[in-house]
Amino acid sequence: MLENYDIDHLRQLEAESIKIIREVAANFQNPVLLYSIGKDSSTILKLAQKAFFPGKIPFPLMHIDTGYKFREMIEFRDYYVNKIEAKLIVEKNMSPEALGLKPQEAHTDYYIYHKKTKPLLDAIKKYNFDAAIGGARREEEKSRAKERIFSVRDEMGVWDPKNQRPELWSVYNTSLNDGQTMRVFPLSNWTETDIWAYIMLEKIEVVPLYFAQKRKVVKRNGVLIRLDEFNQASDGEEVLEVVCRYRTLGCSPSTGAVVSNATTVEEILQEVSVAKKSERENRAIDYTSESSMENKKKEGYF
Amino acid sequence: MDLLTFVTAGSVDDGKSTLIGRLLYDSDKLFEDQIEAVKKADKIDGELDFSLFTDGLTAEREQKITIDVAYRYFSTEKRRFIIADVPGHEQYTKNMATGASKAQAALILVDATKGLLPQTKRHLFIASLFRIDHLAIVINKMDAVDYSQDIFEDIRKQCLEFIEKLNLVDIQFIPVSSLKGDMVVRRGEKMLWYEGRTVLSYLENVEFSGSRNLIDFRFPVQYVIRPNQNERYYAGNIQSGVIRTGEEVIALPSGRKSKVNKIFVGDQERKIAFNPEAAAFSLTDHLDISKGEMIARVNNIPEKANYFNAMICWFSEESFDKSKRYGFKHTTNDTHCFVENIFYRLNIENLHRENADSLNFNEIGKVCLKTQKPIMFDPYVKNKNTGSFIIIDELTKNTVGAGVIIEKAEKNLEKNFQQNASKGQSGAILWLTGLSGSGKTTVAKKLAEKLQEFGLPYEHLDGDEFRKDLNIGLSFSESDRIKNIEIAGYVADKLAKHGIFVITSFISPYRSQREKMKERNPDFIEIFINASLENCIKRDIKGWYKKAQLGEVTDFTGISHPYEEPLNPDIVLQTDTTTVEECVDKVVEYLKNRGLLNV
Repeated sequence: MLENYDIDHLRQLEAESIKIIREVAANFQNPVLLYSIGKDSSTILKLAQKAFFPGKIPFPLMHIDTGYKFREMIEFRDYYVNKIEAKLIVEKNMSPEALGLKPQEAHTDYYIYHKKTKPLLDAIKKYNFDAAIGGARREEEKSRAKERIFSVRDEMGVWDPKNQRPELWSVYNTSLNDGQTMRVFPLSNWTETDIWAYIMLEKIEVVPLYFAQKRKVVKRNGVLIRLDEFNQASDGEEVLEVVCRYRTLGCSPSTGAVVSNATTVEEILQEVSVAKKSERENRAIDYTSESSMENKKKEGYF
Repeated sequence: MDLLTFVTAGSVDDGKSTLIGRLLYDSDKLFEDQIEAVKKADKIDGELDFSLFTDGLTAEREQKITIDVAYRYFSTEKRRFIIADVPGHEQYTKNMATGASKAQAALILVDATKGLLPQTKRHLFIASLFRIDHLAIVINKMDAVDYSQDIFEDIRKQCLEFIEKLNLVDIQFIPVSSLKGDMVVRRGEKMLWYEGRTVLSYLENVEFSGSRNLIDFRFPVQYVIRPNQNERYYAGNIQSGVIRTGEEVIALPSGRKSKVNKIFVGDQERKIAFNPEAAAFSLTDHLDISKGEMIARVNNIPEKANYFNAMICWFSEESFDKSKRYGFKHTTNDTHCFVENIFYRLNIENLHRENADSLNFNEIGKVCLKTQKPIMFDPYVKNKNTGSFIIIDELTKNTVGAGVIIEKAEKNLEKNFQQNASKGQSGAILWLTGLSGSGKTTVAKKLAEKLQEFGLPYEHLDGDEFRKDLNIGLSFSESDRIKNIEIAGYVADKLAKHGIFVITSFISPYRSQREKMKERNPDFIEIFINASLENCIKRDIKGWYKKAQLGEVTDFTGISHPYEEPLNPDIVLQTDTTTVEECVDKVVEYLKNRGLLNV
């Protein structure tokens, strides 16, 4: 009997990611999947469902809410998590420093630390998580290109890029010392194009903000910011109606839309495979300094 | 579209980052914002500094060197690529090993102005050790040597001379100028004397499907999925081969067999699954298989061993310590390992084998390892996934070494001999003789357990197993019986000379033959297992006596063939009236009195 054992790149990436996700469940006492609601998170959830099929995902999801996430994201989160019958933990930094932060500060390092990094580190301590799965891809950003799939953080959640474990074949070292935790990146080898191609192939649901529609925006620092409960037009700012979509999702005040007519996954895939600009172009978070992401990661940012 | 992972390696300043930057730039794979950022930086000889596209971390940008293995991604219409970009300075072995472990192809850079450097040799050696099947040696900076064909040919010769000693199969040489772009993506006009492919064309066309093993089904259980109380699915990635529903499989090392019931690949139920898919399947029998066990097809199983020889690369500042216990991870199996022996350290520059007591940072050597649990493996040359492992420091939990398995090691005979000699201990042959059913095998097994308790090396040669394993068609005629015992005696003699206690359980009916063996080895101890024929017939464990009495088997000792009792045995064990334990105690006491046992 002649059979075809060909395997295309998406199925290969899928097989690798499922292995990584199962490795977490098999080797850690108390893992968690960090759910950030975007397309990468949707993909990782699909992979996790597959990894444990016909069973259920054996660990909870956790969302670190800054309070300034797009309304559509929160709606999608609650709908989707309920649909796939997963367990969700939502954590928010309720300290005065964090609550005092205004939307217009959303791009600052101080905001990132208090709204994202600190509550994440606190939650890991609070629930005693020993491993946290995240959706970061190496392609996204230069410093991520060097991070391991299984990446050790010390007691302070700090990543030391110069002192990483070599990672050979697909034999993952999952051992930890007291106080250390593991961050795990099953999508390390995926690109933005792979993600959309997989979303299309598997008919994965994503937040509607990814699709183009006419939105009311203002142009701030060269970035299109949508007007909503967090962003109002200031005096002198011109309100535009633009057909646009989001390539990445984050906090509403610091995430810009891109001009696009792509209203379906097919059209998005077409758009990203010929894109001339990199994915994080409209995320103010990367702009603060050339090496800002590396510095944030060293502090414990995911 | 298929996915090719390739590793890029070279020495410091041979322009590797520039090559990758150029590859991405000329194949139109960089984003405008990335290009804008590089355009702002200083230019080199009127060209963009292409190395800036890939040099990521702050520290390395400050030092102008890459500090780790970095992964990059691009695709053309033909293929999707993953680049494992390996830097050329310090930590070279660690980084190259890491990059090479995942690659199906390699680009090794050589600086045309410098020729073959020690570093390049290391990279070539690791590519060979880790079995990268397809290799392109990229001779870069051709612009700095006036695009000279002679220089290219010279370097090619130097490389080939070195490569001759390695296990590399498919090697190409490509002259390029990364700075100017010749032969990277575009042919250019400067090296028309070269007729081969450009770097990009090589990557797009190299045929690598042969690197996949689709023959030997190997499935290390990674996780057990229990969707409900009754069902169990064994989950893991198929490391090699193909499996279908209904096929008979065996779980190892336990050896339990069953048939594949349902197969899932992701959420799809399937009739078949193959490497490298992540599958989960149930079995028709309820076996309690756990993580770390290996499932294989009944007639094609991996090797099982506690002792094996391997080549290892050492990554830690702290040397490989012969007296230390290490963590050991192989497929989905976690155990511990000890160093049994270090055969040699390899000098990678001239490939000489040097005596070594330990391995230092970045060194490679051949060792014999002993694992606490037996591992199920295939030699790395046959199967990369089941032939590779990592070594973990128990204190720091860091990965301190990685290795490829060469072969199963027989328990080191020479070492036993030395160890025993140092204890004033030598081996002996404990030759059990007696009728079928007299209790030879039972006593032998108990005796073996006792010797194991004492920590002494032993081997048990059992009559039934010996005939079955040797399988050379010997009958039970007198001449064949003599041959059979002759072989067993010879093997026992050889083993005993290496300090091993050999316990044999053969009827061995001929007095003269036993006497001859006694003469050959002073430590041949004849142990007569004395049970009456009536009792043996009564026990008739294997049903032979009945058959012999009915004439269904001929030449049966005690019935239709003689048994010549020992006239002067060293020990007599009356198994009719004494327990197995008493028998064993008697043998131990005898050995002590003879000075053969110092425990």
